[in-house]
Amino acid sequence: MGERIDFQVDPNSYRHWRIEYNNDIASLYMDVDENGGLFDGYELKLNSYDLGVDIELADIVQRMRFEHPEIKVVVMRSAKDKVFCAGANIRMLGRSSHALKVNFCKFTNETRNTFEAASEDSGQLYMSAVKGSCAGGGYELALATNYILLTDDGSSSVSLPEVPLLAVLPGTGGLTRVTDKRKVRRDLADVFCTLEEGVRGQRAKEWGLVDEVVSNAKFDAVVGERAREFADSLDTGKPSNGIELTPLSRTFEEGGNIRYSTVSVDIDRNKGIARIDIAGPADAAPKTTEQLERDGAESWMLRCARELNDAILNLRLNELEVGVIVFGTQGSNELVSAHEKFLIDNKDHWLANEILKFWKRVLKRVDMTSRSLVALVEPGSCFAGVLAELLFSVDRSYMAEGEFEDDDRPVASILLNEGNFGLYPMSNDLSRLQTRFLGDPDKIVSAAKRKNEPLEAGEVDELGLVTFCFDDIDWDDEIRIFFEERAKFSPDAMTGMEANLRFAGPETMETRIFGRLTAWQNWIFQRPNAVGAEGALQSYGTGVRGKFDMGRV
Amino acid sequence: MTNLMNVSYDTQIPNNVGLSSDKRVLKALEKWHPGYINWWKDLGPNGFHESQVYLRTAVSVDPKGWAKFDYVKMPEYRWGILLAPQVEDRRIPFGEHLGEPVWQEVPGEYRAMLRRLIVIQGDTEPASVEQQRFLGATAPSLYDMRNLFQVNVEEGRHLWAMVYLLQKYFGRDGREEANELLRRQSGSDEAPRMLGAFNEETPDWLSFFMFACFTDRDGKMQLESLAQSGFDPLSRTCRFMITEEAHHMFVGETGVGRVIRCTCEAMKEAGITDPYDINAVRELGVIDLPTIQKKLNLHYTLSLDLFGSEVSTNAANAFNAGIKGRFRETKIDDDHQLKNSTYPIMRLRDGVIVNEDVPALSGINMRLRDDYVRDASGGVRRWNAIIEKLGIELELKVPHQAFHRQIGEFSAVHTTPEGLIISDDQWKDRQLEWLPSKEDGEYIKSLMKPELEPGKYAGWIAPPRMGIDNKPGDFEYVQIQDS
Repeated sequence: MGERIDFQVDPNSYRHWRIEYNNDIASLYMDVDENGGLFDGYELKLNSYDLGVDIELADIVQRMRFEHPEIKVVVMRSAKDKVFCAGANIRMLGRSSHALKVNFCKFTNETRNTFEAASEDSGQLYMSAVKGSCAGGGYELALATNYILLTDDGSSSVSLPEVPLLAVLPGTGGLTRVTDKRKVRRDLADVFCTLEEGVRGQRAKEWGLVDEVVSNAKFDAVVGERAREFADSLDTGKPSNGIELTPLSRTFEEGGNIRYSTVSVDIDRNKGIARIDIAGPADAAPKTTEQLERDGAESWMLRCARELNDAILNLRLNELEVGVIVFGTQGSNELVSAHEKFLIDNKDHWLANEILKFWKRVLKRVDMTSRSLVALVEPGSCFAGVLAELLFSVDRSYMAEGEFEDDDRPVASILLNEGNFGLYPMSNDLSRLQTRFLGDPDKIVSAAKRKNEPLEAGEVDELGLVTFCFDDIDWDDEIRIFFEERAKFSPDAMTGMEANLRFAGPETMETRIFGRLTAWQNWIFQRPNAVGAEGALQSYGTGVRGKFDMGRV
Repeated sequence: MTNLMNVSYDTQIPNNVGLSSDKRVLKALEKWHPGYINWWKDLGPNGFHESQVYLRTAVSVDPKGWAKFDYVKMPEYRWGILLAPQVEDRRIPFGEHLGEPVWQEVPGEYRAMLRRLIVIQGDTEPASVEQQRFLGATAPSLYDMRNLFQVNVEEGRHLWAMVYLLQKYFGRDGREEANELLRRQSGSDEAPRMLGAFNEETPDWLSFFMFACFTDRDGKMQLESLAQSGFDPLSRTCRFMITEEAHHMFVGETGVGRVIRCTCEAMKEAGITDPYDINAVRELGVIDLPTIQKKLNLHYTLSLDLFGSEVSTNAANAFNAGIKGRFRETKIDDDHQLKNSTYPIMRLRDGVIVNEDVPALSGINMRLRDDYVRDASGGVRRWNAIIEKLGIELELKVPHQAFHRQIGEFSAVHTTPEGLIISDDQWKDRQLEWLPSKEDGEYIKSLMKPELEPGKYAGWIAPPRMGIDNKPGDFEYVQIQDS
């Protein structure tokens, strides 16, 4: 991997998007700069996108919530003629390593989910005004919005041409949202997904692929009307001014280590381990929501979430050799919990709500990270409330038991609060504790009884909240051995095993996207029919059709 | 580490591993110790806890004077933790890590494999003590009783050695395994010992000698191959254990030899020349040679089973990982990696026993078993020399590798001791020609009367040529006290 991919962007210099704010409605124009690709070797023609385009989009959705709480409806449009969006750039995909493809898809999937989360969690609704061709990833973008309007101009269409054209899947939620969200009849979906040119006009509406088909002459007017109606139907009670998401305090050190204000990342390259250490708050929790707004991006809960999010994304995309991510914390359980509880107590306040919902997304991002995740509850740690969620997100957790020789930090303890009992659902819509104790729900009741008190290793072990507790005598050796053992397993088998074990319980649209759709897509991404020298991805655009091995597997 | 030749007694547990400064392991061992003593009292030699036994205790790992002899009550025996001296700059002698410095800590990736091997080895040590716990009551002499107890306390020490490794290097899992070693019991339905041969009872002294000769020899071969290990603490532990194991082999081989000598001498004196005239020989109160052959067949074949399957992935993995080598690995002239070589083994193919070349790595078990067969055959040759010298016409033979097998390819068929495949019916008809019958066992049992007078020996076994520690013939090796 060459240059570091950065997920922090300056909103004053977006290259691919333009936003117009009009009271409570924002128009989001996709206007991809053909020469603005993140890497060399391809042009982003026809509003096709790469990771760089999506990083900006993710930033826009995030800022819309924190910086523009007044916005109720975001209308997505294309600034280009005759094309809404052509989807992910095929040349970019063709030249990307498998790992980059997979991580690109994961990030774009997470970003699409934030559209839906914005309306559910924050009353900020996305709609698509589709004019021109809306193909593949372009239609997937529209699918992620709440309402799709398509112009009936005789040529504008929606399509998922991945299968017939490229021999891959519409993997950014496409197949799943068609059937699960839009509930298109499965046989019609089969027709639609194999039809290169897609579906136009009334038929798109009849099949449920769009919500409304409007004559071209009236299109802009109807889009305006609908946006107005949606906005008027939403009474969010949010103020007209948000807070600014100021640039992160972040320093890159030699060897890839990163220092943020509350988070640090230390990488041991020989062992393939990255440690993410989170420092608990130093100051008392805000006393009033006015103070919370005044503190803005500086308030510990928001700062920590943003930094952790950035640290995870950085490890995912820039540190492919890191197989194990270790979470550690240092600080006061009570202070962490106090900061969180202030938000919970004021969750009807727009900003408190936004910060909590942001933590929900960050924790899902942790769940979804394809590395072996480990938490070490060491003396002096502060796995409390929202940080304790990390214990239930990771694959294994180890807790230090009792006093450690020559270590004057407090004996390790963890602290649960109401946040641990449903505030941060996983993609399966269960809390992490519900998922953990799927077979033994009484354990959740037992844990709930011990809310708001520090729990030391013995009790934590009994409650089943960590994997293993080790005392001073065993700690170093057991941890070392575990890491050594983990480092020797096949990374593929680890990724597969962890992804299967993490998400017990019911399926949701999200789990199906990240499980079924992604797994099949990643399989296809390894197969010669797609990526071989004569495969469809390679031969796309050459005029020669891909050659397939016709054997079914 | 170089000053650890002499045993330190500054903790309750004699050791040359600096235990007093290793609080973690010391604590673990001291916690384990009472359970061990209880185990010894419950399942160790029955009825002799108060007796003073003239035993050797390891006081050093110096080959030139590692033991001292004195009277001791067995429960007060100073079981200790003794490792052979560390060899400077020792390198892993085989497998994919060939030539790398040996490991002083458990490599994480091999932790489970190492633990399994150590647990299996450890499980055999107390098992034989349990199997032999009632033999003291029928000892043919105080000399033999003392030898039995010596073997027993040393098997106990070998358990300590394995427990030390588990507790020192395997954390909590290791401590749990150490406790399990005391929970499993030979022959128990609930929690039997791990390997079949260690759940068979040792009903009489001939069985004990055969066991010490054949089954302990398997132990020796296993220790020899673990002594090659790239995990240095295991290697050093096993190297010292082999020193002690030699005595067990001596007890077994000379024990059977003395039984044979006694039989042949009695036959000669009575003028019996036909060794198969079993009734006439038994009239003399000695054990006839055909019955000895049957006992040999039984113990030898049970011991072959301990080597596992003919083609073994586990053994290949352990070798390739540098965890368990071959007998005298460093003396073998090859690449010590075996990735491209083959080894001939005996296999069953379409109902016929054939020799077949297999990848040398998967044939590791058989290579060790072949070394074992050679080693064991030496003892049988020495027994035949006694028979021949006394003019009896019979040659004891080790049976074919396919005979009477419960494990591996040949467990699917029955064969004669010569390796001829026979039908199930033929086996049913003839097996008692080759394996001890109930009557044979009862006859031997009838001879098992204790002889407790110093210098005296039961009528079915000849006296040894020399005393232990050069003691005179009438030395009181065990001062029996009621317990």
